[in-house]
Amino acid sequence: MTVAHTASNSGEPSGQRTASLTVENVTVTYPNGNTALRDASFNLGPGTICALVGVNGSGKSTLFKAIMGFLTPQAGSVRIAGLPARDALKKNLVAYVPQSEDVDWNFPVLVEDVVMMGRYGHMGFLRHPSTTDHEKVTDALTRVGMTDYRNRQIGELSGGQKKRVFLARALAQEGRIILLDEPFTGVDVKTESAIVGLMRELRDAGHLMLVSTHNLGSVPDFCDQVVLMDKTVLAAGPTEETFTQANLELTFGGVLRHFRLEGSALHDDEDTRGVTVLTDDERPVVFYGHQQNETAPVRPKSDTDNSNDQDGEK
Amino acid sequence: MNELLVPFAYEYMVKAMWVSALVGAVCAFLSAYLMLKGWSLMGDALAHAIVPGVSGAYLLGLPYAAGAFIAGLLASAGMFFIRQQSRLREDAIIGLVFTTFFAAGLLMVSLNPTSVNVQTIILGNILGISDSDAWQVIIISVISLAILIVKWKDLMLVFFDEAYAQTVGLNPTWLKILFFTLLSACTVAALQTVGACLVIALVVTPGATAYLLTDRFERLLMISVAFGTITSFVGAYLSYFVDGATGGVIVTLQTILFLVAFLFAPKHGLYASRRQARLVTADGGEPVALKEPTV
Repeated sequence: MTVAHTASNSGEPSGQRTASLTVENVTVTYPNGNTALRDASFNLGPGTICALVGVNGSGKSTLFKAIMGFLTPQAGSVRIAGLPARDALKKNLVAYVPQSEDVDWNFPVLVEDVVMMGRYGHMGFLRHPSTTDHEKVTDALTRVGMTDYRNRQIGELSGGQKKRVFLARALAQEGRIILLDEPFTGVDVKTESAIVGLMRELRDAGHLMLVSTHNLGSVPDFCDQVVLMDKTVLAAGPTEETFTQANLELTFGGVLRHFRLEGSALHDDEDTRGVTVLTDDERPVVFYGHQQNETAPVRPKSDTDNSNDQDGEK
Repeated sequence: MNELLVPFAYEYMVKAMWVSALVGAVCAFLSAYLMLKGWSLMGDALAHAIVPGVSGAYLLGLPYAAGAFIAGLLASAGMFFIRQQSRLREDAIIGLVFTTFFAAGLLMVSLNPTSVNVQTIILGNILGISDSDAWQVIIISVISLAILIVKWKDLMLVFFDEAYAQTVGLNPTWLKILFFTLLSACTVAALQTVGACLVIALVVTPGATAYLLTDRFERLLMISVAFGTITSFVGAYLSYFVDGATGGVIVTLQTILFLVAFLFAPKHGLYASRRQARLVTADGGEPVALKEPTV
């Protein structure tokens, strides 16, 4: 099989379409009557990393399912690159990186088999891999630094390595829109910055990434856009404007750990500003100033500060 | 030497061996998937649930496969319906539905003792299988095998990661329905060779054995199918000499091989794990066996 064949198989080459995601007034009610998502709307364009932030049960997974066409919303619509979800999936536009808990790690597949799954949508009826497919798998494994592990059964990997394998699968698929479900849970700091670095490369190549995360501290670090959720979209927009203390308190209610240092505990002078630390038990987000909106969230100085070669992967 | 070839001189033995081998192959193919999802008992439930269909079909003079298939679908639909509508757990639902169907089947057979022998259904009767029944088994098995050979990768993806299968454009719901239709069809076929009680062995043991021997799904399938085919063929052959129920001989063979794999499998066997554990405690280093290339 040749490259031309692969391209003709998937119809239009996915690279030709601009990555975009429009969620419009989406309402999802489950058969048991629970409305998990009401009137949710936001809009994202190419070259974006967007954080999806909210407590458990705030509708993040429901939103993912609606984007992946698992659920048909009772009202509203999801459009991916201008297409209805199902058509976009058929064109291999959407890649999905699952949460680690959702994967059966005892399944008899090797690392390279998992990455090859990313090519299935590009293959013919019998899913016979072509030379191109093999090359893309090797490329993807190289990009995430997992080439040495390609013949390992997936259950033998560490937490960070597991994540990288599934990221490689998304790379091999070449989807323009990548959904990442909690990519930083159970991952050491080194892998986290490796994943973030890769996401930045993909953003610069025009991909659109939607990342659900509890890791509030790293949101201002690498996300351009934020969608805050609590059974609907509370706020959506550029990180500087949207990821504010006021919005976060609205999103999390009393759920977050909240520390505030001020007065004589913090200053010797007349300065009345304080430091507010909000955390969901992962990397905290730190605000400096009187109350809301006085400063943008504090960014870590650089990535290298965090990558202290800590190898204590779970 | 000649004595060993005696079974091949009888047409009914030759037929039994080949039909068993074919059924063993398809069931083994399905077993590779079934045991990975913790759905093994679904096979057992289906095998019992189709009994009323079989007895009903014999009563009415219809092809037995048609009756069995309808009963199988009814049972699956029943389980699905109860699961959607109640908060009962899966095992309870399976237990409820399959015993209900099985009881109905036994009742039907006992009320019409002349139409069909209970023993044939429960224990299978491959040695005495009629030509028309044999053809039904062959057609079911060949069609199922053909579908599986075409769709095995899609099914693997759905079983491994349903959400992802969806994102690459597959339809997981449709593929799962396909899988359970094939499973019902093959339990119907296996009913003739090993009987309702032992169908479960054919759709679990080969896959479980292969799972201990490899870390790759493709190899698992090949090992499992080879295992199922050979044990079924040899089991039918041996049953001529031991003069026992064919199903019993086939399943005993499979169990023996499973035990061998359980003890001596190179990586996942009992001895290998023990050895590995010893190495770790002795060296305090990384387990050596993990570094060996996988089968």
